[in-house]
Amino acid sequence: MPGRGRAVSDTESAIDPTAMYRRPAWEPSGAEPAVDRSGPVLLVGTRKGLWVLAADTDRRRWSMAGPMFLGHIVNHAVLDPRDRSTLLVAASTGHLGPTIFRSTDLGATWWEAAEPPAFAEGDPLGRSLRSTFWLTPGHADEPGAWYVGGSPQGLFRTEDGGDTWAPVSGWNDHPNFVEWAEWPEQGTPDGSMLHSVIVDPRDARHLYLGLSGGGIFESTDGGADWAPLNLGVEAEFLPDPDPAYGQDPHCVRLHPAMPDRLYHQNHCGIYRLDRPGTRWTRIGDNMPREVGDIGFPIELHPRDPDTAWVFPMDGTDVWPRTSPDGRPAAYVTRDGGASWQRQDSGLPARGWLTVKRQAMCTDDADPVGVYFGTTGGEVWASADEGGHWELVVSHLPEIYSVEHADPADRS
Amino acid sequence: MNVRLASPFRSYTGGEANVTAEGTTADDVLRDLDRRYPGIRFRIVDEQGRLRQHVNVWADGERVRDLSVSVVGAAELTVMQALSGG
Repeated sequence: MPGRGRAVSDTESAIDPTAMYRRPAWEPSGAEPAVDRSGPVLLVGTRKGLWVLAADTDRRRWSMAGPMFLGHIVNHAVLDPRDRSTLLVAASTGHLGPTIFRSTDLGATWWEAAEPPAFAEGDPLGRSLRSTFWLTPGHADEPGAWYVGGSPQGLFRTEDGGDTWAPVSGWNDHPNFVEWAEWPEQGTPDGSMLHSVIVDPRDARHLYLGLSGGGIFESTDGGADWAPLNLGVEAEFLPDPDPAYGQDPHCVRLHPAMPDRLYHQNHCGIYRLDRPGTRWTRIGDNMPREVGDIGFPIELHPRDPDTAWVFPMDGTDVWPRTSPDGRPAAYVTRDGGASWQRQDSGLPARGWLTVKRQAMCTDDADPVGVYFGTTGGEVWASADEGGHWELVVSHLPEIYSVEHADPADRS
Repeated sequence: MNVRLASPFRSYTGGEANVTAEGTTADDVLRDLDRRYPGIRFRIVDEQGRLRQHVNVWADGERVRDLSVSVVGAAELTVMQALSGG
């Protein structure tokens, strides 16, 4: 259903990804255009627009559509897993501020949100939203509900599939917001971010979120009130080695098949927490010392709660945040973090890759496909759970996000 | 009055660079513009009513820094965007 916002499909950005899969001459994988698009779909958000990649059943051949919204900053693009057709794009339109683009027909037509996420007019802190950074579909029992995390670190919710958005006052106006969040902002060059909005599949009112920086917070009443959940998480950049909040989680994941299990990749290590426990365990201590346990994303096996992937970054000296020692690799644990195995087959022997927090994902096939995108504009894929990697596409702009999608209609 | 728009705003006006909107202050004109082309005002000012960084407005060639200023008698409001960064 179109919303009240403007249609953006009547210009040169008219998009029909399902009709545009066409292998560009520079796409490196294979010589013939792929016609079988029945495999996983990847939504690739970049600093300069959105691309869509589609694989065949064997996940060996890929085709590509895009660019969509060329010139717009696309922080995140997510297909609704509930209806498998609503696609939301979190974009920052250059200097023109943040917005959400929506498609309910898998990109055949696009609409801009009639009321994009924004702080309340007259906000006592004078906040204005600079970017929509993170998208999370709501609970299965709340069709049409989504959350957006922003920069500054606001939380916003829609109940109509993304057409109109409202601030989540319980977070944005929480009495402790200024203490917990980074306000005024002091975060990364891209700003302080609210990310990793997680909805417990058992309870729509049970939420988690992550702040870079600020820590992880939990709500059990649908976002009306929040509490820190950071015990055991180190913060080497703070004088207190074990503070209640102020840490810098980069990516937090809840296992869908074991919703009491949380993993997170932090600025300072890799952690696991099994609820109702409240103290995180640094499972990254089991990584090889020479590699360390710094990074941005952590991604989970869709069925096995003991399996997770990370892509380590160099956190030594001045924190280059590139592949440690210039030797890119993913690492996988299959025992909940007790041990980790290196996965570098197919990756360049030497390379200084950076993979951002939304730029890694898994599909739901068997064996699981694992994917990541780099700030150098490459997308890498493994069809065997990280055993071997292949380059899918290169020369894209800086990649901010790679999300798996399973669209209902692939015609 | 005539409102002249830089290219980043024209996706809201069907590609038109020059459109019409009325009002006694620059803010009034932008609100009227938004009634005619929904969503365009939020690209010019943020939710606190502040001009977005790098977005500049002129009334008959005179820079408008305060949107509450009167534009009565002006023939044209110009809305430009100064690009920066790579």
